[in-house]
Amino acid sequence: MTITDFLFTNAPALLVAIPLFAAFICPIAGKISSKVRNLWVMGMMLVTAAVAFILAYRVFVTGPVLYVFGAAAANFAIPLDSGGIPIRIIFTVDAMSAFMDIICAIVGVSVLLYSLSSESRNSGLEGYYTLFFLMIAGVFGMVSTGDIFNFFVFLEILSLASAGMIAYRIDGGLAVEAALKYFILSTLGAIFVLFAIGIYYGQYDALNIAMIAQRMQFTMLDKIALVLLVAALAMKCGAVPLHFWTPDAYSLAPSSVTAFLVVASQASLYGLFRVIFTMYNVTMNCVTVGWIIIIFGVLSMVVGVTMAIPQKDVKRLMAYHAISQTGYMLLGVGVGLAVLGNTELTSAFGFMAMEGGIFHIFNHAMYKGLLFLTAGAIFYRIGTRDLNKMGGLGHTMKYTMIFFMIGALAIAGIPPFNGFASKLMIYESVYLFNPLLAIIAMVVSILTLASFVKVFHSIFMGPKLPEYADVKEAPLPMLIGMGILAAIVILFGLFPQPVVDIIVAPAAHALIDQGGYIASVLGGA
Amino acid sequence: MDLTAPVLTGYGIWSPVAWLVAFVAVVVIVYLFWKTGESSYKKGTELERPYLSGNVEPEKGDVHIRASHLYWGFLQALKGYYDVLVPVHTGVLTDYMIWFVAVTAGVLIIVGVLS
Repeated sequence: MTITDFLFTNAPALLVAIPLFAAFICPIAGKISSKVRNLWVMGMMLVTAAVAFILAYRVFVTGPVLYVFGAAAANFAIPLDSGGIPIRIIFTVDAMSAFMDIICAIVGVSVLLYSLSSESRNSGLEGYYTLFFLMIAGVFGMVSTGDIFNFFVFLEILSLASAGMIAYRIDGGLAVEAALKYFILSTLGAIFVLFAIGIYYGQYDALNIAMIAQRMQFTMLDKIALVLLVAALAMKCGAVPLHFWTPDAYSLAPSSVTAFLVVASQASLYGLFRVIFTMYNVTMNCVTVGWIIIIFGVLSMVVGVTMAIPQKDVKRLMAYHAISQTGYMLLGVGVGLAVLGNTELTSAFGFMAMEGGIFHIFNHAMYKGLLFLTAGAIFYRIGTRDLNKMGGLGHTMKYTMIFFMIGALAIAGIPPFNGFASKLMIYESVYLFNPLLAIIAMVVSILTLASFVKVFHSIFMGPKLPEYADVKEAPLPMLIGMGILAAIVILFGLFPQPVVDIIVAPAAHALIDQGGYIASVLGGA
Repeated sequence: MDLTAPVLTGYGIWSPVAWLVAFVAVVVIVYLFWKTGESSYKKGTELERPYLSGNVEPEKGDVHIRASHLYWGFLQALKGYYDVLVPVHTGVLTDYMIWFVAVTAGVLIIVGVLS
């Protein structure tokens, strides 16, 4: 077996194994020297990203990839003596999973590169990078697994590592308090998820998502399990009115971590969509659940943006915008769900709304990651997040200012940046479903632009302030990290249709094609 | 694969490349207008100083409009809305847990009983 064959065959397992290995070796590498540690973490992140791209390529070219742990063959899902039940842990990587893998890989590389500079002045970096790789493993595991209990395990790995990362700076106890809030709410959510898993196992003797989907009856117990999962995962992705942990956690974590927390929240959003579309699909009342998702989306958009406008802390302001942008994703996919049972409406606008919502997940990860990194670069140089204390930094931090402008215009949905393409898809398809919802989405975009005009003026415009006379541009690795994301924001904005055709449409199709998912795991069983 | 293909939204189309061509054309026209302007500006002279009707220039920090001064009118106009919304964000963990459980219960009633 050549190395290429090995990578192709075992990519789903390596996607989790490499970051876990990197995490546990990191403290040892740090004992040798900081240079060795930095080389180790950057090398391992690049290898992990390469594996993610190889896996995504395979999925988009050949279809869903199955990986059965401990089986004689990687795709041998149902042992002969198991009574037709896939009892082993199975990773089922379809186009939606591969889509999320790409996001995690790109943001992971950018954030790690950025961290090499941004965190270089801090101590305890072995712990920082260990937790970072555990977050990477958690996200890759959540989006790749085909087993609901396994999903819970990776969700917990991600939550624990994220809580550690949020508390990393301590910050006079404030960061620890934010981490504690996140940790306790996550634990309550995890209990909900575990309870739902117990319901499925009690009813269907299975933990495999495809098996549960095949046997789904939508009994009262299934309804309870659905609600528990929807509530827990909506809370984890920061949907209003379950968003309260988000501003504290996003604003007090190191900026590099915040950029990756966006991806972590999106992994929960993925989980929410996976449960709704793959496990339940048309067996449930799609109109009711679709409208619940839409209401979560509208509340998130409106409350997020209006709470952002009066904020004085730049990262807290950006955190509220992250909540607001999550609303667009929920709105788009919620509309797709609400018309799922109606083939005519789905083909008329439902599928387009879903494509818009899913495309926005990608775009949001790029421009919001970029914005948090620019906020981190400013904090790195002037040591404050308070907008009232900033001004005139455009004179000295020109590249950071350009990156901020790119991110700000993208989040506000200004052409030709990537946010415009996905928002346009959402506006136009949602307008056909309910014009009022599309109008709300457009007004929220205008308010987003207004908010970022304020931030841009407060940070970069005005005369060069005496207290920041000696401020320099951010270090090169930080600029490269921001540059990667900025380049993608521009490229995906200029050439959106190929992106939609190659990764977004297959991801949306994978979500709604419940039969295809079940067949990829159980075959004709 | 056509890189420049427009996005089909189901309702209309969006062609970023066409937009970019139009944008560049506008920038070129604006540049040509700008080039016809007065070019007597000299760096490092009195021309660089702000004109304040003969008054002494204040400290740089005093003339910069800080973040808190922006959108005052917007916030005042929506005071009633903010008076409700901001206090909900108490920062108290137990409040957040109550929200979480209450929303779960509400969704459960809608999905489990009403639908």
